[in-house]
Amino acid sequence: MTSSLTATFNYKVVRQFAIMTVVWGIVGMLVGVVIAAQLLWPEFLTGISWLSYGRLRPLHTNAVIFAFGGCALFATSYYCVQRTCQVRLFCGPLASFTFWGWQAVILLAAITLPMGFTFGKEYAELEWPIKLLIAVVWVAYAIVFFGTIFLRKTPHIYVANWFYGAFILTVAILHIVNSAGVPVSLWPMKSYPVYAGVQDAMVQWWYGHNAVGFFLTAGFLGIMYYFVPKQAGRPIYSYRLSVVHFWALIFTYMWAGPHHLHYTALPDWTQSLGMLFSLVLLAPSWGGMINGIMTLSGAWHKLRTDPILKFMIVSLSFYGMSTFEGPMMSIKTVNALSHYTDWTIGHVHSGALGWVAFISIGAIYYLVPRMFGKSEMFSTRLITAHFWIATVGVVFYIASMWIAGVMQGLMWRATNPDGTLTYAFVEGVKATYPFYAIRLLGGVLFLVGMLIMAYNVIRTAGGGKAVEAPIPSAAPAAA
Amino acid sequence: MEILYLLIPLSLVLVLLIAVAFWWAVRSGQFDDFEGPAHRIIADDDSAP
Repeated sequence: MTSSLTATFNYKVVRQFAIMTVVWGIVGMLVGVVIAAQLLWPEFLTGISWLSYGRLRPLHTNAVIFAFGGCALFATSYYCVQRTCQVRLFCGPLASFTFWGWQAVILLAAITLPMGFTFGKEYAELEWPIKLLIAVVWVAYAIVFFGTIFLRKTPHIYVANWFYGAFILTVAILHIVNSAGVPVSLWPMKSYPVYAGVQDAMVQWWYGHNAVGFFLTAGFLGIMYYFVPKQAGRPIYSYRLSVVHFWALIFTYMWAGPHHLHYTALPDWTQSLGMLFSLVLLAPSWGGMINGIMTLSGAWHKLRTDPILKFMIVSLSFYGMSTFEGPMMSIKTVNALSHYTDWTIGHVHSGALGWVAFISIGAIYYLVPRMFGKSEMFSTRLITAHFWIATVGVVFYIASMWIAGVMQGLMWRATNPDGTLTYAFVEGVKATYPFYAIRLLGGVLFLVGMLIMAYNVIRTAGGGKAVEAPIPSAAPAAA
Repeated sequence: MEILYLLIPLSLVLVLLIAVAFWWAVRSGQFDDFEGPAHRIIADDDSAP
C-alpha cells in the first residue's frame, strides 16, 4: 500500500480542483450575466433583496476570482509542482483539506454575500469567520506546496514554481494585513476594519492591486510558464528571460496600488509613486508576454490545428494588451479621464476574461484528459467552437466598455463657456445604455463557451477512469 | 498617513526576504543552467498511459 502511494502522483486533488474550476466558472459568469442584465433592465429581479445588484456584484467578483481562478490555480499548481519536482504531493490529507476547505469558503461566500453580510472592502468582502477559514486553508496550501518543493527529486526548481510560490506567500500577507479587523458579533457576522479613512483606502488598494499582481498575475504566469511549453511541445523561448521576468516582477510590484486613489485625499507624492511603479511594471510584463508567445517561434503552424494553444496564445496577447493599458491608465492625466468610468470595467475584463480565464481554460483542457486516462478531449471541434465564441464575447465586452468609458469621461468633464456642466449625469447614463446591451451580449457569449466546455469535460470524463500516473523517476528505482 | 509606517517597512522586509531568496537561488546553483530546465519539463512524458 505504501509503495503504491509513493509510486504515483496525487492526481485526485488536481482532478477535483479542475472539475470545480469549470463549475465555479459557470456559476461566477452566470452571476456576472445577471448583474449585466440588471444594469440594462434595472427592474430585473427587483423586490428580491438576495438578488439585488449590490449583493450579487461582490458574489460575482468573489466567484470568478477566488472560486474559478482559485480552483484553476490550485489544480495547475498541484499538477505542475508534482510533475516538475518528480515527487508525489506532500501530505495528501492536507491537500484534500485544501480542496474541501476552499469549497467550504466558496459555499459560505455564496450564502452570506446574498444575505448581505459584508466587510465592506472590495475583493475582501467576506466576514471574519470566513476570513479565518481562508487563512487556515491558505496556510495548509503553503505547507503542501512548499513541502513538495522541499521533497523534490530534481535539484532545480522550475520557474513556474517560483511564480506559484510567490503568489502563495504574498496572498497570505495581503490577506492578513487587509483583513485586520475587530469582530463585534458572530451572528449576525460583523467586524470593523482597524484602519479608517484614507489609511483604510491605502491599505485596501495596496491589497487590491497586489491581489491583481500576485493572485491574478503571478499565479497565472505560473500556469503560462508550465502549460504553454507543454501544450506547444517546445521549451520556453528563453529560460533566462523567464527568470529575469520573475525577479523583476516581484521586486517591483508592491507599490502600484496608489494609482487606484489618484486625485483623492492620498498625499500627492504617494499617488505619483504609485504611478511610477505602475509604469515600471510594463517592462517585466511585456518581457514575459513576448517570452510566452515566442515559444511558438518556428512552430506557428500548430496554432492552426490546436485550439488549446489558440486559447493560450490569445491569452498572452490579452496579457500584453492589459499590461500596456494598465500602466497607461495609471498616468494621472489619463486617469483623470478614465477613473470612475466603464473604461475601468473594460480594462479589468480584458485582463480577467482575456488573460486569466483564457489561460485557465487552456490549462484545464490540457489537464482533464490526463486526469481521466484519455489521450485528448472528447471533441476538439467543441474546443474550437468554445474558443471563437469566447473570443467574440471578450471583444464585444471590452470594446463596448472602452467606448462607453471614454464617452462618459468626456461627457462628465465637458463644460459650457460660462463654466457650467454641459451634461447632467443622467445624460451620460442614457448615452451608455446601448453599450450595456452589447456588454451583456459579450457576457452571454462567454458563458455559452463555458457551457460548451462543461459538456466537453463531462463527455471526456464519462467512461474514463480516474487515474493516478506513476512517477517516472520512481519506477526504475523500484525495479 | 501613519499607515505608511506599516506598509513601507513591510515592503522593505519583503524586499529583504526576496533578496535572501535570490541570494540562496544563486548560491545553490539554481541559475547555473539556463537550457536544461526548459527542456526537462518537455522530456517529462505526462500523456495518459
